[in-house]
Amino acid sequence: MRAVGIILAGGKNERMGELTKTRATSALPVGSCYRAIDFPLSNMTNSGINKVAIITQHNSRSLHDHLSSPKWWDLGSKQGGMFVFSPYQSGENSMWFRGTADAIYQNLTYLRRSNEPYVIISSGDCVYKMDYNDLIAYHELKNADITIAYRQVPDNDDIRQYGVMELDAAERMTDLEEKPLEPQSDLASLGVYVISRPLLIELVETIVSEGRYDIVRDMLSRYRKRLRIYGYKYTGYWRNLGSVHSYFDCNMDFLRRDVRNDFMVQHPFIKTKPKDEPPAKYNNMAHITNCLVGSGAILNGGANRCVIFRKVYTGEHSSVSNAILMEGTYIGNNCVVEHAILDKDVILHNGARVIGTPESPAVVIKGKEVRA
Amino acid sequence: MRKKEMIAMLLAGGQGSRLGVLTSNKAKPAVPFGGKYRIIDFPMSNCVNSGVDTVGVLTQYQPLQLNQHIGIGTPWDLDRRNGGVTILAPHMKTENGEWYSGTADAIYQNLDFIDQYNPEYVLILGGDHIYKMDYSRMLDFHKQNKCDVSIAALTVPWDEASRFGVMNIHDDNRIYEFEEKPPNPKSNFINMGIYIFRWSLLRDALERDNKIHPDSDFGKHVLPMMLNEGKRMFAYPFSGYWKDVGTVDSYWMANMDLIQTVPEFNLYENFDKIYTDSDHQPPLYTGPNADIKGSIIAEGCEILGKVYNSVIGPEVIVEDGAVISDSILMEGCYVGKGTVIEKCIIDSGCTIGDGAKLGMGENIPNEYKPSIYDTGITVLGEFSNIPDKVEIGKNCVIYGKTDLTDYKDSKLESGKSIVKQVNTNGVRA
Repeated sequence: MRAVGIILAGGKNERMGELTKTRATSALPVGSCYRAIDFPLSNMTNSGINKVAIITQHNSRSLHDHLSSPKWWDLGSKQGGMFVFSPYQSGENSMWFRGTADAIYQNLTYLRRSNEPYVIISSGDCVYKMDYNDLIAYHELKNADITIAYRQVPDNDDIRQYGVMELDAAERMTDLEEKPLEPQSDLASLGVYVISRPLLIELVETIVSEGRYDIVRDMLSRYRKRLRIYGYKYTGYWRNLGSVHSYFDCNMDFLRRDVRNDFMVQHPFIKTKPKDEPPAKYNNMAHITNCLVGSGAILNGGANRCVIFRKVYTGEHSSVSNAILMEGTYIGNNCVVEHAILDKDVILHNGARVIGTPESPAVVIKGKEVRA
Repeated sequence: MRKKEMIAMLLAGGQGSRLGVLTSNKAKPAVPFGGKYRIIDFPMSNCVNSGVDTVGVLTQYQPLQLNQHIGIGTPWDLDRRNGGVTILAPHMKTENGEWYSGTADAIYQNLDFIDQYNPEYVLILGGDHIYKMDYSRMLDFHKQNKCDVSIAALTVPWDEASRFGVMNIHDDNRIYEFEEKPPNPKSNFINMGIYIFRWSLLRDALERDNKIHPDSDFGKHVLPMMLNEGKRMFAYPFSGYWKDVGTVDSYWMANMDLIQTVPEFNLYENFDKIYTDSDHQPPLYTGPNADIKGSIIAEGCEILGKVYNSVIGPEVIVEDGAVISDSILMEGCYVGKGTVIEKCIIDSGCTIGDGAKLGMGENIPNEYKPSIYDTGITVLGEFSNIPDKVEIGKNCVIYGKTDLTDYKDSKLESGKSIVKQVNTNGVRA
């Protein structure tokens, strides 16, 4: 294979509130049975990359739990495999990863012991499907040092929350600004890069020795004039799980047939850790419309426009709409849920109500019990 | 190989001819069940849930789908360095080569496999029942009673006992007599086909019996022989759900057991899970106009129409306006717009056009196989096609890609068959 992978899944996100209080953003449940990291991780193996490092730090337990075996992503192999890197203490060093570049620097042995010419770097909390072979082919075509995948941000999305790129007519990057106040273009970096392995080793060693630790600021933006950095336009589905709102919308997107076709029907599929739940059970009082339903769910009530994860139970005469019900949620009889995110193992006692608004979905934290 | 206390031998070579077209291209243990499972998942999962980590699966009839399903045993955590799952197919020997000609003969031909593990006990299982059982408790019973052989026994209503192999026992559960389908049963303890043997004794019995009966069978030869020799044989009483799925009707009934609001056989417990090969298991989508009631639906389905009292396998598409009731649809079937399906069993990969009607009309038994198809269930074999707007009766059998020329006035009367495909064994469905 021509590339090894690195997935950056250690970051902390302040804007997700309770949803990421005890879990990594990359471990957020998406689309009834996936976790965010399944998307970049499946993209790696679906592109033929058989050696992938996942860098974890913030709330890493939730991710390590999900990544307990590499075999579900076809990475349980002797050649290559899945490497999970968390901060550790050594004789010289007992610090956290000080930034994305530092995280790679502290695990540089991984890159030194590889012999593949390229490295694909992706963030772990984005929902997208990309064949990295196309990215590498483009990178070679442009004879680039670094290639950054980008997309055109639609008008209804706020460009100021992304890394904004400016490109010249030949697609070479002339500027990159993280979360700019005055964005100069509508092109947002996806946080997906290809770079030659020896160059990446050289760059992270240099910038870390200068006390700089961030890939975007200290490597891409700072070196934009010295290195040939190109943009690669991606036109497929893409969502960054950056806020409660984008998380909610991303899940609701799976109610669209084109999105489901992209990730679940057309080869190659997104892979995830199997849970071996029985088929979903719709009992005689169930009235479920426009919903995505995970296995092991037992449904007795009504639901419309919901993403229902595995092992959810809904009681008779309950009514749930515009909601995300995460794994193991229990909804009793006569409950009403609207515009809400119910985290894992939430219990709604009979008659309980959880009502949010389209602008601001109500979030019920993991394991909480709500009474009438 | 490291010594194992007990290993399991799973007999999975049978055809299951009473399942008709469903087993025309796969062995009975490979027949899908309960939406996402196959019949063999139940004994396989019972093994791992009981701590039995070494399983030999004896295959013979149409093993392709079974082999692919089992693979290296990953779904059951049986992809192990020591033990795990091994597929044991009939094979050539220096002198001759032969098929497995009986249940005990199949074990006899694999003495070498068992000897590798030098087990104290061997568990013999069939691949054609739906149940959950902790075999380790049966082994405890076996040890406590210092058994040579223990046989799992189910108590059935007295009037049903005459349909089974009955075991007559003393008060301490020791077996003194076997009776096959006795008209006037003396006991209602029936043989479930689950045995634990002391290996040294079984090994010896298999070698001796094979000289007398080349088609050596546990029920007919080996067990009666061991009983006559005065071996300690005990019935291990089992209570719980246990269903034979050997006929089209019993197969349909056992599937329907799963859709009860509170099913007797509960797959939704957090312990003793049933595992299956499910590499790709996306969620299922229920459309804006869908109505699903009293049904279980497996992963990856797109249900836009209506489904009542049915069991739907993975990745089935039911288009708008279609109505399915009292039916079983297996993996990857497509049901066109406005099609009505009543009381059918539809094997994997079938495509049914728009506006068709299946399972209509009078209950006339099938012309060719009245003993198999006589309960009103219409059965479609794997990868069959049904054109738009045809009407198909009850007890029909369709196997193969049919088009309008196969139907008279777009109709197939109850009890008629269309079989276009002859499988590789040359056995017509």
